[in-house]
Amino acid sequence: MMESIGEIIKYGDLLYMMVWRDIRIKYKQSVIGIMWAVFMPMVIVGTGILVRYGFALASHAPVDFNDLAAVSVKAVPWAFFVSTIRFSTGSLVGNPNLVTKIYFPKIIFPISSMFSQMFDLAIASGLLAVVLAFMRIGLSVHLLWVPILLALLVLCATGMGILLSAANLFYRDVKYLVEVVVTFAIFFTPVFYDVSMFGKWAYIFLLNPLAPILEGIAACVVHHRMPQIEWILYSAAASLAIFACAFAFFTKLEPLFAERI
Amino acid sequence: MKTSETVLEMDHVAKKFKKGEAFDSLRDLIPALSGRVFTRKKRSLAEHEFWALKDVSFQVARGEAFGIIGPNGAGKSTILKLLCRVMKPTEGRIVVNGTMSALIEVGAGFHPDLTGRENIFLNGAILGMKKEQIRKRFDEIVEFSGLADFIDTPVKRYSSGMYARLGFSVAAHVDPDILIVDEVLSVGDHLFQVKCGQKMKQIKEDAGATVIFVSHNLRAVAELCDRLLLLERGECVQLGPPGEVINSYLNRILQRPVSFTHGVGISKVTVRGRTGEQVHFESGEKAWIEIEVCATKHVSGLGLAIGFKTQDHWSFFDTSTSRLGKRTFSVGPDRTVRYTFELDLHLGPGSYYFDVALYRYDAQMIFDEFLQAGTLMISTEKAIHGIANLYPVAYEQDDISDTFELMRSRPGVA
Repeated sequence: MMESIGEIIKYGDLLYMMVWRDIRIKYKQSVIGIMWAVFMPMVIVGTGILVRYGFALASHAPVDFNDLAAVSVKAVPWAFFVSTIRFSTGSLVGNPNLVTKIYFPKIIFPISSMFSQMFDLAIASGLLAVVLAFMRIGLSVHLLWVPILLALLVLCATGMGILLSAANLFYRDVKYLVEVVVTFAIFFTPVFYDVSMFGKWAYIFLLNPLAPILEGIAACVVHHRMPQIEWILYSAAASLAIFACAFAFFTKLEPLFAERI
Repeated sequence: MKTSETVLEMDHVAKKFKKGEAFDSLRDLIPALSGRVFTRKKRSLAEHEFWALKDVSFQVARGEAFGIIGPNGAGKSTILKLLCRVMKPTEGRIVVNGTMSALIEVGAGFHPDLTGRENIFLNGAILGMKKEQIRKRFDEIVEFSGLADFIDTPVKRYSSGMYARLGFSVAAHVDPDILIVDEVLSVGDHLFQVKCGQKMKQIKEDAGATVIFVSHNLRAVAELCDRLLLLERGECVQLGPPGEVINSYLNRILQRPVSFTHGVGISKVTVRGRTGEQVHFESGEKAWIEIEVCATKHVSGLGLAIGFKTQDHWSFFDTSTSRLGKRTFSVGPDRTVRYTFELDLHLGPGSYYFDVALYRYDAQMIFDEFLQAGTLMISTEKAIHGIANLYPVAYEQDDISDTFELMRSRPGVA
């Protein structure tokens, strides 16, 4: 494992170039250009606000401004997670020439897919920060949790991406499976809702390793309180496990890629 | 050949592939797996496998140019893929000492939407260059490709020749210890091909790099390589100096079973020069092409035709026994006929091949056709291009008036 990590570091420049290529291509010959980075989160935020408004109407409770802010704060990382997984899954299959003809650590493909999505995440987050500032959400010490939570999110997304990119190389219908799962996963992940709404059943939703991360981000950005440490630790362990398994799986199967693509 | 420094070694390498389609979707895999569980029948794997390489061993020394030739499907590309580590051998061991740049497909990493400039950086990184290194050599790469005017155009608007030129230029400037080249010279125009050949020679001689070269262009292989490996159906047939290996390769192609669909066929074609059977000729030399015809039944009224073509299949010369004023001949089970065409090879440098046909003129019928029956490789003393050799000489005169004097002194010129 250390050996493969060393190799990846050696190919750092290539990783940089691949990320740059993906970003470059995405915004070339596109009408709205850089706006794509905020388009997807905006759709999710819009949907989320609509859903929350519906909840409020149904329960005859006033629309809480903070709830809307929480939806937006969770939607942006969620959009990053979903697009990383989508993009990574096809990353090996989409470059057959490079997989079969030239040697370099192939794990660069899913990793660079993640980084190029991170570029979108950065733009969307910047915009969101401006919006939140206008909404007078305010600052607190708990904001220091955000980088840690984002790191966990990145670890989890990269792990899933690595795993799925290799799986899709061997079995092409993995891609369709991913599409279906990713489309409906939003119902099983607290993006539009909070786990606290489910009372004592909340822990079932928190078993989804993404849930504590998203809830944690909402907690420290919007509600200015500590995330639930025990659940964050659970998420960290799960993400690390996913990443380690994916990495081992990928490097073990890598020599077969050129034959089986 | 054992040298002080071996940079590349293949030790009893074998590679097995599975024939037919593997399960490439879960939808197919799951029924297949459950089927196997229920029927408890083991599929015999042996018949679905084939060996692309069998027990291949060779060593390449630093600074050596090593060529691999052989018919299609011999396993040449598999060797290259094993060497550059995109595949792992089923058996055996491969040792590589040094950095490697593989030109298995020119511009493999190019993205059509990016410009030439962007693709140079991308492709350079893919081939293992550092960003700083690419920046330093950028101008050289552009200059070598000759695409300075189009460097900010997306490569999707490039012609295939331009694409290949840019691809080769990047790969040639990686400064690898080992350069692997697969059939790149088949693209691009003649001048660029020559330039590629020179560049490869230069990489080998100046930088002391090792070159592994796979090509069907026997002339290019012969010119560049110090040693050749002849591969056939995954097995090493011969390893040695280019001249010998190419000759035996061509001879192996020529040994063909006679088809006898019409009871008569061309059984053997031999190319002879002054020194005997040969492939390499100097321009202007004489060559004798011997054609043997045999038959299982008596056939008469036969003629032989021979047609020459360039490497790009442009037919430039043909003749036949009847056009040369020979009478038709007959063959039978008891009678084998040998015809010889004597030719003066006033040809330009390059390699040419010829087809032979056995026909019956009055019946307008071709009995047997031997396509690509043989190859001639021509070299010239002077650097000229083209298929003909007009034996050019250039003079320089300081004083133009001399020329007029000369012309005036000639009879018939006013």
